[in-house]
Amino acid sequence: MSNFRTSLKLGIFLGVRQLKRANRSTTGLIIFIMTLTFLNLVVVSGILVGLIVGGNIANRSQYTGDVILTTPYGKNDITNSQDIIATLQANPHVTGYSERFIQGGTIEANYKTRTNFNDLPNQTSTQITGIDVGHEQDFSNISKYVTEGSFLDPTQSGYIVIGANLLERYSTFDTGTLLKGVYPGDTVKVTINGATQEFIVKGILKSKVGEVSLRAFITENDFLRVAGRPSLDANEISIKHDATVSDDQLKQTLVASGFSDDAKIQTATEAIPDFLNQIKLAFGVLGNMIGAIGIVVASITIFIVIFINAVTRKKYIGILKGIGVAPMAIQISYLLQSLFYAASGSILGTAILYGLLVPFFNAHPVNFPFSDGILVADPLGTFVRVIILLVVTLIAGYIPARMIIKKNTLDSILGR
Amino acid sequence: MIKANNITKTFKNGPVETAVLKGITLEIKSGEFVAIMGKSGAGKSTLMYQMSLLDHPTTGSIVIDGIDATALDTNARTEFRLTKLGYIFQDYALLPELTALENIMVPLLMQGKSDEEAKSIAFESLKKIDLVHRADNLPSQMSGGEQQRVSIARAVAHDPKILFADEPTANLDNVSSQAVIDIFRSLHKQGQTIVMVTHEKEYTVHCDRIIHISDGQVVA
Repeated sequence: MSNFRTSLKLGIFLGVRQLKRANRSTTGLIIFIMTLTFLNLVVVSGILVGLIVGGNIANRSQYTGDVILTTPYGKNDITNSQDIIATLQANPHVTGYSERFIQGGTIEANYKTRTNFNDLPNQTSTQITGIDVGHEQDFSNISKYVTEGSFLDPTQSGYIVIGANLLERYSTFDTGTLLKGVYPGDTVKVTINGATQEFIVKGILKSKVGEVSLRAFITENDFLRVAGRPSLDANEISIKHDATVSDDQLKQTLVASGFSDDAKIQTATEAIPDFLNQIKLAFGVLGNMIGAIGIVVASITIFIVIFINAVTRKKYIGILKGIGVAPMAIQISYLLQSLFYAASGSILGTAILYGLLVPFFNAHPVNFPFSDGILVADPLGTFVRVIILLVVTLIAGYIPARMIIKKNTLDSILGR
Repeated sequence: MIKANNITKTFKNGPVETAVLKGITLEIKSGEFVAIMGKSGAGKSTLMYQMSLLDHPTTGSIVIDGIDATALDTNARTEFRLTKLGYIFQDYALLPELTALENIMVPLLMQGKSDEEAKSIAFESLKKIDLVHRADNLPSQMSGGEQQRVSIARAVAHDPKILFADEPTANLDNVSSQAVIDIFRSLHKQGQTIVMVTHEKEYTVHCDRIIHISDGQVVA
């Protein structure tokens, strides 16, 4: 033990001085490589995962909230919706909710100018969604996503806001079933449950959340009137909490209140389609694979650096052994150098990551067709990657040092 | 102090075997200043490497201070070299990234001495060779003679039983060489056992004894 302590002390003594008096440009270059390796390890997978997480965040913010209640299988709507809403209003942790009335329907445009009835109508099918404008606005600030015209006014009747993905000019696929040439101010025919009424297009909503940009929104009163709904039971209730409770705790509160028979209750995470979770997993694996290549490159770099360092200093290593310095002390001096390179790279990389890249991507998300990609770098994952980099670098530094130290002392001294 | 019994050293290079030492037996007493001389290739350095435990003889034994050094394992030999032997190399062999003071501190730290203690002893050693003003200089900032004097200070700082010097003046000018020899004389007067390999006869005048090697054997 005391031998180890002595070797450790001398190893640090030698290692620190080798680092202090090394060529600064070379040291800077090695640290730069280690920083890039660390960033490659974290950022590539972080961006890939961030594509999905960015989508999930938008989904939570604009559609599901933290907990979403939907129509259970075999029912037409969420029974006892008003009791549920009363419960939500009484819950101090609930900061907002939006109840939505949804029914499949069609929207037809340009029907007044359609002279040949053999032509297909300018029509699309969608989910017509009736909302309490105030609640929805408080919940999702949905008007922020209006790209043309304006959002619904709760005091007005006979207006509709259409999701951009229902319009041919906004969509790049499935153009045969999308509306053509529809603009704010145009009149469209909305048919729900066989009942048809004309609405004026108030605005166009453009969002990367499918449930926003693939739906058409009218006021709750208009919906109930046109659809002929006899009750106020909604089809969807999205809820946000104040973060002093977890999603699951809020869900359990609703279950404990006896609403699990009235509605399908899911947290935002549970409501994410399974294929998205699979993509997230696949992107994570892909990112880790790319990161692993970076780790291999970094370990080879460190191996070469330490190997060249040890080979060029073979004579001095021989002299150290010759004058009685334990091989362990010499190895520790090289391990310390490897550790310094890896730790410096990791510290610099972490500073760049959290001081620059994460804020940058949060402010300027990557514009992907289906989400606004952010950089996901949770501290635990970053810490694990730092540890991986340190361990791999230590091994990469240890092996060449060991190879040179195992050489015959006299051969090293004489340069044989 | 040192007893070498019938030492042989044979180098193998594939099927070719070259016998460099051919059965050398000699004894060096405590406090002796001995020079080993011989022509180039005679085997004088090889003999010193065996006696200083930097190499293993092919056959024979070396007893130092009553201990059969040839029977020691690698770790024990390293420990033995650290505590009982001191080395001076032809090309000084100072660690380039350590200052003069730090170079001297290395074996002391390996012996388990504290930083302060090692620094104090190293400083005293530099005083003895009149190089205190070079304490914080790197080897590249010193002349060859100064580096060799630091090398001597490193070799004797831990008070070894035997000091081995392999052609210590070979790379030095006359003035520096004489300074090195003067230090050896001074150490010898204090009772230090010194074994020096050299091919320069003028620096052996203060030696107690000269061992002449020729073709791997002691000839005188």
